[in-house]
Amino acid sequence: MTDLVDNVAAVESDGLARIDAAASVADLRAVEQELVGGKRSALAALNQRLGQLAVEERKEVGRAINAARTRVEARIAERAEHLAAGEREARIAAERLDLTEVIGRRTTARGRRHLVTQARDELEDLFVAMGYQVAEGPEVETDWYNFEALNMPPAHPARSMWDTLYVRLGEAESTLLRTHTSPVQIRVMQSQPPPIHVVMPGRCYRRDTPDARHLPVFHQIEGLVVDRGITFGDLAGTIEAFTSAYFGPDIHSRLRPSFFPFTEPSAEFEISCIFCQGRGCRVCSQSGWIELGGCGMVDPNVFAAVGIDPEEYSGFAFGFGIDRCAMMRHDIDDIRHFIANDIRFLEQF
Amino acid sequence: MRVPLSWLCDFAPLIADPADIASALSGLGLVVEGMETFGAGLADVVVARVLATRPHPNADKVQVVDVDAGDGEALQIVCGAFNFGAGDVVPLAPVGSRLPGGMQIGRRNVRGEWSNGMLCSGTELGLTSDADGIMILDAGLAPGTALTEALGIVADVVFDVDVTPNRPDALSVAGVARDLAAHFGVPFSVPGPPAPAGAGAAGPVSVVVEAPDLCPQFTATVLTGVTIGPSPQWMAQRLTLAGMRPINNIVDVSNYVMLELGQPNHPYDLDRLPGRGLLVRRAREGETLVTLDDVERSVGPDDCLICDAEGAGVGIAGVMGGASSEIGPSTTTVALEAAWFDPVAIARTSKRVGLRTEASVRFERGVDPEGVGRAVARFCQLAAEVAGASVDGPWVDVRAGLPRPARVVVRTGRVNELLGTELSPAEVSSYLQPIGFRCTPTGDGDFRVDIPSWRPDCEREIDVVEEVARHHGYTEIARTMPPITQVGGLTPYQRDRRLVREILVGTGLSEAWATTFLAVDDLTRAGLPSDAVEVENPLAVEESILRPSLLPGLLRALAANAGHRRPDVELFEIGHVFLPPPAGEALPVEPEHLAVALGGADAAEAVRVWHVLAAGLRLVNAGTEAAEIPGLHPTRSARVLAGGTVVGAIGEVDPQVLAAHGIDGRVGWFQADLGALLGAPRRPAVYRPVSRFPSADIDLAFVVDEGVPAAAVERSLARAAGDVLEHLELFDIFRGPQLEGARSLAWRLRFSSMDHTLTEDELTALRLRCIDAVTAAHPARLRG
Repeated sequence: MTDLVDNVAAVESDGLARIDAAASVADLRAVEQELVGGKRSALAALNQRLGQLAVEERKEVGRAINAARTRVEARIAERAEHLAAGEREARIAAERLDLTEVIGRRTTARGRRHLVTQARDELEDLFVAMGYQVAEGPEVETDWYNFEALNMPPAHPARSMWDTLYVRLGEAESTLLRTHTSPVQIRVMQSQPPPIHVVMPGRCYRRDTPDARHLPVFHQIEGLVVDRGITFGDLAGTIEAFTSAYFGPDIHSRLRPSFFPFTEPSAEFEISCIFCQGRGCRVCSQSGWIELGGCGMVDPNVFAAVGIDPEEYSGFAFGFGIDRCAMMRHDIDDIRHFIANDIRFLEQF
Repeated sequence: MRVPLSWLCDFAPLIADPADIASALSGLGLVVEGMETFGAGLADVVVARVLATRPHPNADKVQVVDVDAGDGEALQIVCGAFNFGAGDVVPLAPVGSRLPGGMQIGRRNVRGEWSNGMLCSGTELGLTSDADGIMILDAGLAPGTALTEALGIVADVVFDVDVTPNRPDALSVAGVARDLAAHFGVPFSVPGPPAPAGAGAAGPVSVVVEAPDLCPQFTATVLTGVTIGPSPQWMAQRLTLAGMRPINNIVDVSNYVMLELGQPNHPYDLDRLPGRGLLVRRAREGETLVTLDDVERSVGPDDCLICDAEGAGVGIAGVMGGASSEIGPSTTTVALEAAWFDPVAIARTSKRVGLRTEASVRFERGVDPEGVGRAVARFCQLAAEVAGASVDGPWVDVRAGLPRPARVVVRTGRVNELLGTELSPAEVSSYLQPIGFRCTPTGDGDFRVDIPSWRPDCEREIDVVEEVARHHGYTEIARTMPPITQVGGLTPYQRDRRLVREILVGTGLSEAWATTFLAVDDLTRAGLPSDAVEVENPLAVEESILRPSLLPGLLRALAANAGHRRPDVELFEIGHVFLPPPAGEALPVEPEHLAVALGGADAAEAVRVWHVLAAGLRLVNAGTEAAEIPGLHPTRSARVLAGGTVVGAIGEVDPQVLAAHGIDGRVGWFQADLGALLGAPRRPAVYRPVSRFPSADIDLAFVVDEGVPAAAVERSLARAAGDVLEHLELFDIFRGPQLEGARSLAWRLRFSSMDHTLTEDELTALRLRCIDAVTAAHPARLRG
């Protein structure tokens, strides 16, 4: 038995010495394999000889083997960390590169703009051609810009139309991820007097579980026109103009009454179904029409929030989803493709 | 809101085709999301009695059934359901009939046994949602009777109407009918029995309102002699069609009145109401109540409670009643509560206790403050009819300041100005009068308009303008274009941002869009500091913070592409990043960043992309300056400078970070604050004359000590070459053991003069000057 205990001690001290001598992580892994890695290792071999011993002895020697194993493994871990740090340091030092020492890039292939960018650029261009400017704003907003200035005072029931994500800043629920691009309307009207002709594209947020039709991040484009004598007829004409321009001359639009706190009268706008040209199909639930967005005449309370006299000026606003336009245009069945960044998807467009 | 057509016709003679009614509703803003027919196509279905059942000899999943379909003969049917036995009465679709779903029933042989018809489930008949087994009918029905006759089914059409939050009046059948009647130009009336007589503050039930601000009107009416039982078929059918489950006659009457008139109400079993009275008060801090759905709910001082006369809560006002005083089979005396609660208070309570009910939705949007009496009267009338109830004594009506409907001035001129129409004053009032907006002309085409009490959403002229537009028809308004006097365009920043995309796409990169959200771990894995803006109420841990950098998102994209055998993908992204706000600011710092991630490429490749970009943007003094950057390889990273200011960082992603993302090989990286980058000084696009004289190239290779940046040597060369230098380019790099700690860098210098062809002597002098400048300033020698 003492024989065996001595053996354990010898294996351990020899092992520890070899661990300390290992010059690289790879060497160390080899030593580890020989000492403790599996049935053929030195310590495992000792374990196998336990069977020859009496019960009492077996316990004692077993304890010695386990203690030795613990110490060996600890030393390996310690050494591994040391060697890895050293190797990283050596690698980092060896790999030093003079970033001013670079010969020019040679490429043959062209990349692709993201499909959402393509749709956004196309929509922007269309409105620019109609005389609009393009405005942008922050994605994290205060409650005032996202709700209150848009005719939704605190506790207004219409707030429940949006599932809002809040950020942990300031007082509870005072700062949020904008639920629509409409806060930009407020910022634009605060920064310039009418006439205003502006579209506002950007990323919006909702508290939603991702599925084929919903993402917590999505993209919207919103339009705002404020001037003397702007009418609901102008709104209907504008919607017809850009939907035909974007979806094609055979596609028409119609408005029907709806509700948004920031417009009055409010409307939803629909386009004739681009899949069946209005004949009725599964996509449009046989109605021949597809709902695209919301619109309406700017509510006098919104004008009041930004100090524009609603008796002197009137205006309209409209908004709709950029992602949805791209999905319809390109027959994309799952909105999650847009943020997966799979090159096999990106390269198609 | 599900609205049966037959119910609508109680209020207005609507004779139009259901499809036209649906389209009229949608045109009025009561968008029809679905239309179902009920009880149609059942003409051939009869009542049958099961005589015997036996196993099918050749199949386990069906059985063989003999039924009597009225002629006393045994008719054999093969049936897939097992929920009935001999003696049960069931619906039978005989051979030759067609079911509502369009299924044609024929004589069929099912594995050797003939089936002469089909026994039907409630779903197959379009009558109930129960698809689990055959519908079991009242055992007293005579076989052979037509099912429609046996069940008293009346064919009907149901419109599923999406009611917008501004139209509380349309959360009632009567309200929907009012809009439709106005549209079709047919008369509309709510046949209302008179309210019970003698309303006062005292009656057979005591009422105390301690919270009049939350409850401006509370009424209680006692009905005696009640016999609880099932509702008659017509009422049960309408409730079912409207989406409510029939319970018993009194509860059904309560729901019926709510659906018909929009006034929620609550019947109590008066004998189970301690003190035989009701008390309305604010809940106490920490108070709880078990609601009808058997859930214990916490309420507080901002919530209004309905209590028994002894002060114990029996319901959350306007949201849900309590379990203790529920109507049951033994109820004989009913106390009916009908009240008007403060909409904002109900909305808050409903949100706080997490309970949205048919009642709370109506109260929070605003029920008709003048409609309580009408609803009570209707309840009493129906309860008398279906439960034998009679009203006991005067009803109690406690009021404190109900809102008054608005009265506004509406100018025909203004209506036309806003809508772009040319309506006459008579047309304006013709759209408003039928929906209860009383118009009194005040001259010049102006009206004083009394808003009806059921339209709390209308309180300004503009709200009435919308009503005019709605009933005139949105599609009737002529389309025009607004006169635009400005020139459209992008800002310089927006134009340049597009240019950046064009340049990067042109050099082979594709654009990525990653989500804005990250998990906290994502930052650690990317070697970034953990300072980030947190989301308060994320749905998933992956949405806990807003990205302070585009690095984690692009690395995830590269890893995912590598998983599809595309390790060499080159991507860029432009997007907002978010940093905690500086002291005193409410909003985060939210710059727009540009990032480039090159799979399978090193830092040098990132620099090449940067050079392409810098050249495309015409940046002056664009360069890099070695520096350690979080997340990047410590000896392969640099700050990016443009016009002397730092605009970003460049290099290679730290191997440790790559390992943490499971990415093999290297990843070149470049990031910039897009605002800073595009704000950096640029070479104006002004013509610089080009030389008419031939140019000459001189190639110079130097052995330069490692540690001396190539850029430093290049600067010396450019200075020494002077204005005859047309172009300077590093074209070769060589490292070898014989060079010992140095490398060979070869430049091509192209010289030309504006006014003559450079002579051999001049070129020799230039060459020497360049060599001297480099060897004097750096540990470098000309390579032989």
